[in-house]
Amino acid sequence: MTGRTVDTPTGSAVRRPAAPDVILRAERVSVEYAGRHPVRAVRDVTLELRRGEVLGIAGESGCGKSTLAYALTRMLRPPAELTSGSIMFSGRDGTEIDVLALRPAALRAFRWQRISMVFQSAMNALNPVTSLRRQFADVYRTHRPDMSSEQRDSRARELLDMVGIDPRRINDYPHELSGGMRQRVVIAMALALEPEIVVMDEPTTALDVVVQREIIDEIERLRAQLGFSVVFITHDLSLLLETSDRLAVMYAGEIVEYGPTVTLHDAAAHPYTQGLLRSFPDLRGEARELRGVPGHPPDLSRDLVGCPFAPRCEHAFDPCRRVAPVLADPSASTAGRTGGEADLIGRRVACHLHDPLHQESR
Amino acid sequence: MTILRVRDLTVRFGQRGAPKLTAVDGLSLTLRVGHTLALVGESGSGKSTVVKALARLLVPDAGEILLRDRPIGHGGRALRDYRRSVQVVFQDPFASLNPMHTVDHHLRRPLLRSPDRARGANLTVAVHELLRSVSLSPPADFAAKRPHELSGGQRQRVAIARALAPTPQVLLADEPVSMLDVSLRLEILNLLDRLKRERDLALLYVTHDLATARHFSSEVMVMYRGEVIEHGPSDQVILHPAHPYTRLLASAAPDPGRSRAELAEARRTRLDTRASEADHTAERRGALLDAGCRFRNRCPFAMQVCGSRPPTLTAAPGHTAKCWLFDESAVRSA
Amino acid sequence: MTTAESMVSVPGRAAPAGMVSGLWRTPRLLSGLGIVGFFALVAIIGPFVVHNANAFSDAGYSAPSGLHWLGTTQTGQDVFAQLVVSTRYTLVIGASAGVLATAVSVLIGIAGGYAGGWIDEALSLLSNVVLVIPGLPLVIVISAFLGNGGLLSVILVIAVTSWAASARVLRAQTLSVRNRDYVLAAESSGEPSWRIVFVEIMPNELPIIVSQFIFATIFAVLTQAGLAFLGLGDINLLTWGNMLHFAENDEALQTGAWWWFIPPGLCIALLGAGLALTNFGLDEVLNPRLRVYRERTKEPR
Repeated sequence: MTGRTVDTPTGSAVRRPAAPDVILRAERVSVEYAGRHPVRAVRDVTLELRRGEVLGIAGESGCGKSTLAYALTRMLRPPAELTSGSIMFSGRDGTEIDVLALRPAALRAFRWQRISMVFQSAMNALNPVTSLRRQFADVYRTHRPDMSSEQRDSRARELLDMVGIDPRRINDYPHELSGGMRQRVVIAMALALEPEIVVMDEPTTALDVVVQREIIDEIERLRAQLGFSVVFITHDLSLLLETSDRLAVMYAGEIVEYGPTVTLHDAAAHPYTQGLLRSFPDLRGEARELRGVPGHPPDLSRDLVGCPFAPRCEHAFDPCRRVAPVLADPSASTAGRTGGEADLIGRRVACHLHDPLHQESR
Repeated sequence: MTILRVRDLTVRFGQRGAPKLTAVDGLSLTLRVGHTLALVGESGSGKSTVVKALARLLVPDAGEILLRDRPIGHGGRALRDYRRSVQVVFQDPFASLNPMHTVDHHLRRPLLRSPDRARGANLTVAVHELLRSVSLSPPADFAAKRPHELSGGQRQRVAIARALAPTPQVLLADEPVSMLDVSLRLEILNLLDRLKRERDLALLYVTHDLATARHFSSEVMVMYRGEVIEHGPSDQVILHPAHPYTRLLASAAPDPGRSRAELAEARRTRLDTRASEADHTAERRGALLDAGCRFRNRCPFAMQVCGSRPPTLTAAPGHTAKCWLFDESAVRSA
Repeated sequence: MTTAESMVSVPGRAAPAGMVSGLWRTPRLLSGLGIVGFFALVAIIGPFVVHNANAFSDAGYSAPSGLHWLGTTQTGQDVFAQLVVSTRYTLVIGASAGVLATAVSVLIGIAGGYAGGWIDEALSLLSNVVLVIPGLPLVIVISAFLGNGGLLSVILVIAVTSWAASARVLRAQTLSVRNRDYVLAAESSGEPSWRIVFVEIMPNELPIIVSQFIFATIFAVLTQAGLAFLGLGDINLLTWGNMLHFAENDEALQTGAWWWFIPPGLCIALLGAGLALTNFGLDEVLNPRLRVYRERTKEPR
């Protein structure tokens, strides 16, 4: 059962001021899909997004990463429902917004102006019967009603140019563009109101490698130029290793490892992260042991006892099947392992292998 | 030992009110027992059409397919015999199993139709044998399940078992892991590799992923717009690509082996070259279907001579590329 | 494929046992099945319970009473007895014509869709021609030509004119199913065509076939009523349509004998509604995307 209230020190009583450069802070977010057997797709996830960084979220399908993205932007639709947690946004101008308390009108303004989204199927989401010019104009008419039509036009041309599309194509219709170009247009539209956060859910999965590379480079360039933060969600860990500053690995609705990408790449602490990394053969390196992670993720409609990864883990030992590990600093002593309270920017792993408490029992 | 030889395979698709589209243009390949040939290409390159043509799920417009040096005979019987020898593992495990039937049904039918068919109790034994060979155990449990009760990886294992049921000699794996979770991909590829060795199969591995192509095959063929533009030993093709298109593919593929500094450097170079180009890269992608090289409007090395169709030239021993860069006289005169 | 989508379908992946128990959760299906089941019961046992429906008596045009629950006709026949006996023939005609029309549409639609080429072209042409000929006039012409051919001819006339639309639906579905990988896999393992059609393709179209059958039955009941009202078809058969025909002929409307024409009209409407509800309900059960989810709380928080 999930409680309706957050009964931890992270509640309102002890709310600690977020670090100054944190732009979005999700705390103990849980999402459930209602049904005869409710599916707890996101379980108690806490994460912070810093200004200007790319936060990568990796995991297999069904691990809850897309659901988390929908939750962060409040796009969940029934049967999915956010059952507990809080999401706080701290704007560039110092405004603090409680995302979950937003009323529909304020929410519409918040999305797109503060936070925008690019989804995998987004390139098919462009309206096929109106020109690009109209689609950009519609965005501005809704959110910037005081702009003149000339201003709207020149802004749309600028945006197209920015994502590498000839501004002269502004009168084109979506079907006249290739898949990669449509995805560029979607990215341009997501950037139309200069949001502070762009959430990207598998933005390049449907595209070919060469096009994917161009789009990734484009996102990287635009971010350096405009300074927005990115939450980049994909199953392709090899891509995240290249693009993200920090990385969260999700398994069975929980974050199992969290930290700077370089650290995770060089010294992954969680066996699942290690397994995922092993699943991508080096393109140019020596042939090494090629194996993935056998087995399959657990059924999220059941209560999970112990570590959800234990049945697939080659290092599993006794406590893994009884006690659920908490997300904690792998280098800290027992005293520091309270979870949640410590600095979230650092390195975190949810695994008994790194818990001194269980060192002896191995 | 060569088991399947394909010469000048050409497939055209009719379009309403337009000239026919050539999906596969003069493709030749050989599949050998116990070897894997990787066919690499992006979407639209024609690689799936090659699979359909080789499996005789469509009739090619031209070319020759020889199974054990014999052409496919005429009539339904000859075609059935050929299809049994050349089996396909499809891309999408969610579409390749009939949702209405059990795993047992999927395996029993092809077993029943194979020439040395087992019957009754033996048939059940054969079904279980197949399931065990793809590491689905206990087999009795899996045989009774329906596709919706299986995970993607398990479905793909069933699809592989089904392809093995008629004891084929050639296995055509059409992007067998691209729809699966990354953590399962290597398991399935390892399984195909093991089965290839155990059963003396010739394997055609169709993929867009250069890394697995390199590690799971002895030879690589790269397709672009219906043509094979490069062919050679896999390490040679991936580590020292000859054709400019293969070089582009190799440079675009994510490579976890590179350090962040290297990555940042590579990105900077790419962005700089892009910025220096007057026109927009994304718009130069259209294919040229005239007499010249099809890649030349994207090619950084395009020359005058590229206006005429390049021949297949030798880049290194056993390594060929369809590119004028490997014709010395053409390069000298450019 | 986003995770959100794949998660939504989780409840739908329940085993068949779950589907059966889900059946009882949909009020539409329940009420639909209830209505249809009631009429079916009346059709089966009703005629054994009531007295001779065609027996004349002197009490013509008498209003409903304890003796005649729904009054009598001009010739003193008991309207309630007629209504009950009519139920049997109305249902027999509806169901038989429905089965026949569906069978023809399955044959023509799936064969065309699977075979492709000139066979498909020819069968499509045939169904398109039948589709564009105005339905009711065609039925009228054919039944006038056949005359009083009895039960069978009525069923045949209705079936022959009502298969075309569902044949087109099934052809479209077959075109999509026939290119799925499992059909290709069956082809490449050497399965004969008839087996691919009946074992691999048809079971996947069962929900559509059932729904087409229900629509065909509704259409047949209504068409039969229309024909009978116009005095076409076999007037010796007792059906709701024929009851309306006689009521109209004997000026029940003008004389205000409402008990004669309202009950059969109501029965036709009720049976149609019951069948339609069953169809929508089945759709809801078989198609998880249409399932309605209750929102448990108004505001997330």
